Amino acid sequence: MLHIVNKSPFERNSLESCLKHAVKGSAILLIEDGIYAALKGTQATARVQAAMQDYTVYVLQADVDARGMKGRVLEGVKPVDYAGFVDLATNHNAVQSWL
Amino acid sequence: MALQVSGKTIETDEEGYLADRNQWSMEAAAAIAVSEGINITESHWEVVNFLREYYEEYQIAPAVRVLTKAIGKKLGPDKGNSKYLYELFPYGPAKQACKIAGLPKPTGCV
Amino acid sequence: MSEEMSESGVVKKFMYVNRKAPYGTIYALESLEVVLIAAAFDQDVSLAFIDDGVYQVAKGQDTKSIGVKNFSSTYRALDDYDINKLYVQKESMEARGLTDKDFLVPVEIKTAAELSALMEQQDVLLSF
Repeated sequence: MLHIVNKSPFERNSLESCLKHAVKGSAILLIEDGIYAALKGTQATARVQAAMQDYTVYVLQADVDARGMKGRVLEGVKPVDYAGFVDLATNHNAVQSWL
Repeated sequence: MALQVSGKTIETDEEGYLADRNQWSMEAAAAIAVSEGINITESHWEVVNFLREYYEEYQIAPAVRVLTKAIGKKLGPDKGNSKYLYELFPYGPAKQACKIAGLPKPTGCV
Repeated sequence: MSEEMSESGVVKKFMYVNRKAPYGTIYALESLEVVLIAAAFDQDVSLAFIDDGVYQVAKGQDTKSIGVKNFSSTYRALDDYDINKLYVQKESMEARGLTDKDFLVPVEIKTAAELSALMEQQDVLLSF
């Protein structure tokens, strides 16, 4: 399963809910304001680092760049472009969005 | 609405502002000036180019008060006053000059 | 409430309170447009950036790949509109791993307590 989170972890519990429901081995793609979860040195960092033991975490690079957060993305989070986004969606049996 | 510029059609909105800023050229500017009843001169170009640079830098068309002040800073007090700018663009320097510069209507202009 | 007269009438204190990240929602852009329009009324204006709002003024925004206008440049024009009181809330900034070096315009860093005191002085608060 591919899980997509597009809300800031500081404003909504979308990521929290996602992590509560995603089974081990799932892929999690952070897009739009969801990318703020993928950054170093924030109050969400520890939570996401812990989650990376169980999930592969991806981030849409275009949304990182738009927000001026280039160079702040956590080690181990995999950047994807739009083509990579499509590949992720087609390579998983289902996609769930946490709005 | 649309504008004919050297054989090409350029889309505008109902008030005559370019639909796509990237379609702007000096020929397009001259054509818009004609439709505004303005005989475009070096002094007009100075303001038009200033506006384009301002937009490039700040992503907005400045309000007339800001334009006047900024022109004064750059081109001197004899140009940075509303009398001079209204003589060039009688229907409003921000509005008319922005239209000729291919920019959207200044924020706050009705 | 301190009210002084300007040539155009009574000057009131307006604070725009921005709490949303840019681009994900329309709030940040809408706030900025209202600020620019209302600047014509010569009031005493300040902008506060709280919670995810601090991201609005983060340096280095580049929206080419998402095909959206990069309106962060417009914050740099606010000074031309005589708007130069920009406050970033300290706790919000720190929770997001940002420092006072990470902003694209000069801002004053204020604690929640300092900001609440400033809020108490306002005549009008506009929330985005």
